[in-house]
Amino acid sequence: MVGLGQFLEVLIGGLMSGVLYSLVALGFVLIFKASGVFNFAQGAMVLLAGLALVRSLDLLVAWGFPLWAAIILGIGFAAVIMAITAWLIERFVIGPLVNQDGLTLFMSTIGVTFILEGAAQMIFGSDAYPLRLFPTDAWFLFEDLFPGGILLNKLDVWGGFIAGILVAGLAIFFERTKTGRALRAVADDHLAAQSVGIPISWIWFVVWFVAGLVALVAATVWGTKLGVQFSITFLALKALPVLIIGGLTSIPGAIVGGLIVGAGEKIAEVFLGSYIGGGIEYWFAYVLALALLLVRPQGLFGERIIERI
Amino acid sequence: MKMPNTSEILLRVEGVSLAFGGVKALRDVSFDIRKGEIRAIIGPNGAGKTSMLNVINGFYHPNHGAITFKGRTRAQMQPYEASRGGIARTFQNVALFKGMSALDNIMAGRTLKMRRGLLWQTLRYGPALAEEIEHRHRVEEIIDFLEIEAIRRVPVARLPYGLQKRVELGRALAMEPDLLLLDEPMAGMNLEEKEDMSRFIIDVNNHYGTTIALIEHDMSVVMDLSHRVAVLDHGVKIADGTPDQVKENQAVIDAYLGVAH
Amino acid sequence: MLYREAGQFKTTYAEDMAIFPIRQDRIALAILLGIAFIGVPLLADFDIWPFGSDYLLRAILLPFLILALAAIGVNILVGYCGQITLGSGAFMAIGAYSAYKLGTGVHIPIAWLGFAISIPPLPVLLSILLGGLMAAIVGILFGVPSLRIKGLYLAVATLAAQFFFDWVFLRVAWFTNYAPSGSVNAPTLDFFGLNVGTPIERYLLCLIFVTVFAVLAKNLVRGNLGRQWMAIRDMDIAAELIGIRPLYAKLTAFAVSSFIIGVAGALWAFVYLGSWEPLAFSIDRSLQLLFMVIIGGLGSIMGSFVGAAFILILPILLNLIPSELGVPLSTETITHLEFIIFGSLICYLLIKEPHGFARLISLGKEKLRLWPFPY
Repeated sequence: MVGLGQFLEVLIGGLMSGVLYSLVALGFVLIFKASGVFNFAQGAMVLLAGLALVRSLDLLVAWGFPLWAAIILGIGFAAVIMAITAWLIERFVIGPLVNQDGLTLFMSTIGVTFILEGAAQMIFGSDAYPLRLFPTDAWFLFEDLFPGGILLNKLDVWGGFIAGILVAGLAIFFERTKTGRALRAVADDHLAAQSVGIPISWIWFVVWFVAGLVALVAATVWGTKLGVQFSITFLALKALPVLIIGGLTSIPGAIVGGLIVGAGEKIAEVFLGSYIGGGIEYWFAYVLALALLLVRPQGLFGERIIERI
Repeated sequence: MKMPNTSEILLRVEGVSLAFGGVKALRDVSFDIRKGEIRAIIGPNGAGKTSMLNVINGFYHPNHGAITFKGRTRAQMQPYEASRGGIARTFQNVALFKGMSALDNIMAGRTLKMRRGLLWQTLRYGPALAEEIEHRHRVEEIIDFLEIEAIRRVPVARLPYGLQKRVELGRALAMEPDLLLLDEPMAGMNLEEKEDMSRFIIDVNNHYGTTIALIEHDMSVVMDLSHRVAVLDHGVKIADGTPDQVKENQAVIDAYLGVAH
Repeated sequence: MLYREAGQFKTTYAEDMAIFPIRQDRIALAILLGIAFIGVPLLADFDIWPFGSDYLLRAILLPFLILALAAIGVNILVGYCGQITLGSGAFMAIGAYSAYKLGTGVHIPIAWLGFAISIPPLPVLLSILLGGLMAAIVGILFGVPSLRIKGLYLAVATLAAQFFFDWVFLRVAWFTNYAPSGSVNAPTLDFFGLNVGTPIERYLLCLIFVTVFAVLAKNLVRGNLGRQWMAIRDMDIAAELIGIRPLYAKLTAFAVSSFIIGVAGALWAFVYLGSWEPLAFSIDRSLQLLFMVIIGGLGSIMGSFVGAAFILILPILLNLIPSELGVPLSTETITHLEFIIFGSLICYLLIKEPHGFARLISLGKEKLRLWPFPY
C-alpha cells in the first residue's frame, strides 16, 4: 500500500506539471478561439522564443550587462522576434489561406512547425541551453505530518502563479476589449468579419503575436525546468490531450485539462506502472482524451459544433 | 396542372411540431402528398419549409407528430430509412460532392442499387465491372435526359450554379426514388434555366411517375407546375389546396404582404 | 501534338472507365513498367551506371517502393476518405510485429483454460499478409470513434494509437520474442522455395507487391466504394441522405488503409531493414507518410508515388548539392535546411495547389493535350 504522503506528493507534483502543460495549451486556445486555426506550431514557437531569450541573455551577460538588465533586454529581444515571426506567418502562410477549410490551415501549421524548428536552430543554435530565471529548489511541506515532508518545487509554484495571471489577463482581453471581440468574430466566420470591416490581417497578426508571447512565457518556465532544447517542441504534442479534454475554445478548460492530464499521468505512472511496467505516462494522456472524446466529443468545456445543411 | 388519376396517399405528416431551443420551426403541421402528384410547399422566408423537408427525410426529428410513408407510420424518420425507402432530395445550397466529377456524383446516387462488395470491387474484373457498366448505362440515361453530356467529366466545383443544380437533380434521380423532395430547385436561375428545370420536373413526373414535393418561391412556377399547394407561415400551415384556391386565399395574401398577425 | 486524343474513340463504357484511357499514357506506363521490371535488374546485374554499386537499389529504390505502398494506404484514408491520421507509423509497426510473431511461431499459454494456442512458424508471404490483416483489425477498432469524432479530434485519437503502440512494442517483450536488446531480426525470406537475399531480388519482390497493391487500390477507388469514401470526405451529411452508410464507408477505409500500411510495415521490417526496433515506426514516420501524401497529392494513387519519391530524394539532394558546389555544410545545418525546405514546400503547395504534385502533373497533361495550341 502506498502512503498518503507519497500519494499527495505525486498528486501535487502532477498538478503542478499539469499547470505547466496548460501554459502551452493556452497558446493553442488563443489562436483557435481567435482564428479557428489549430496551431500545430505552438511547440515550435516555444522553442523559438526560448532560444531567442536564452541566447541573447547569455550574450548580454557575456558582454558585461548586469543580470537584471540582461533579462529585460533578453525578453524584449525575444518578444521582437515573436512579433516578426507573427508578421511573417500571417503575411505568407495564414493570410493566403484565409478562406480555406480548417484541415488545410492545420496542415499549413505543420509546415510552419518545420520551418520554425529548422530556422530557430539554424540561427540560434541547436544545443541544450540552461535557463536560470526562477529558483529551482524545493520546499518540503508538512514535514512533521509525513516523513521527509511533501516535495513542492518552487518553479512549479511560480509556473502556477504565472499561469493564473495569464488566464485572467487573456479572459479580460477576450471579453472586455474591442480587439478581443473582433478576434472572436473572426474565429466564427472569416468572410463575415471581413465584410463588416474588421481588418483580418491586423487581427491575425495580433493573435499570433500574443500567442508568441504566451509561448515566450511558457519557454521561460519550461526552459528553466528542462533547459531550452529541441525536445521542448514535443510539449506541443503533450498539450493536445490537454486541449481535447478541456475543449479547444475554452481558456479555463486549458487549465482544468492541464491539471487532469498532469495529475492523471503522474498517478498512473507511479501506481499503475508498478503493475504494467513503466512508460505509461507516454500514452496515458492520449488514451484518456480518446475515452473522453467518445463520451463528449467537444471536451469538458468546449462548444458543441452544430452542422446545418 | 391536371390532377393525376390516383388518390393514393404516399406520404402523410400529422401534427408535426419541431423546436430548436426556443425557436419553434414547425407547429402542429399536417398535410399529405398523393402518389404521382407534384406538391408545392410555399411560404415567406423562415416559414419552416426546409425544416419540413428535413423532417420528412429524417435529418431533423420532430418533437411531436407522426410521419406515414408508404403505409408505415413512425414518430420520426432516420436518414437511411428515408433513402432506402425511396425518398431523395436536393438542397437549397447545392450539396454536391465537390471533389468529384458530375458523372461520379450521379454514379454515387446509385449506391443503394449496387450489390457487389469490397472483395469483388478490389478485383474489379468480373462481376463488379459488369455491375459498374450496368449502372453506368442507367446514369447515362439520366445524363441524356438532363442534357448534361458535355460536362460529365468536369469537377462539379467548376460548374456554374445552374448546372450544379441540374447535376444534383441527376443524383437524386439516380436513386430511382418514389418521392423526390426539391428544395428551391430554381433558386438563382434566370428565366431560361427556370424553364429548363420546369421541363425536367414535369418530365420526371410524367415519364418516371415520381411523386414530387417542391419548395419554391417563384409563384408562376408554383402555379404552373404543381397539382396542389400547401402554404406555411411562421411554422403553421395556413392554406392547402389547388393553386387556384390558394391564390385567392386571404390568409396567404396577408402572409406574403407581411400583414401583422 | 504528341499528346492528342483525336482518333482514340471509346466504344464501350469499359474502355471509357479504364485506368489510362489515353493511348499515350498506356505507352508511357508500359515503358515505365518495362524499365522497372526488366531494365533495372538487367542494369544492376551487369553493374551498369547508375546501378554500379548497390546504393541506388538498396538505399533509394527499395525504401521508395515500400514507403510508396504505405503512402497509398495513408492516401486512401486521408485523401480519399478525408479522415486525418497521425498514427500510420503504429500501423506499420503492427504489421511488422504481427508478421514477425507469425513468422517465428506463436505460443500463447492460457493458464486458466489449461491449454495453449500454438501456431507453427508460417511461410513468409502468409505472415506478411496476415500482419496486414492484424493491422486492419486494429484499424477498424480505432476507426469506430471516427463516427463521432471528426477532423482535429480524430487526429488526436490517432496519436493515442501511435503512442500506445510505441509503448506496447517496446515494453511487452512477447512481441520481440524476449530479445534482450529489444531489436529483432526478420526470418529468412523464402517465397515458394526461392530465397530472396540480394538487393535485386529484394527490389523485385517489393516491386511485385507494390504493383499488385497499386492496381487493387486503384480498382477500389474507381469503384462504388471509392465514390462512397469521397462522398463522406466531401459532405458526409449529404452522403448519408443518398443512402451511403457512414459506418460502413469509414470502417472500410480504415480497414483497407491499415491493411496496406500493415503490409508495407512488414515489408519495411523484413525486406528493407532486416532487423529493427520500435523506433523505426515512431511518430516521425507517421508525419513523413502524411507529408508524402500531401505533397504528392491527396486522393491520387499516382500522387503517393510522387510524394514518396520527393521525400526520399530531397535529403539526398540536400546532401549532394552543397558538397558538389564546394560549400561544406555540417550535417546539422543540412537537417535544419531540410526542415525549412519541407515546411516551406508544404505551405507553398497548400497555398498554390492543395492537391499536390499529382494535380500539377495532370494540369500539365491538360496543357500538353492542347500543345502547341494555347486552348
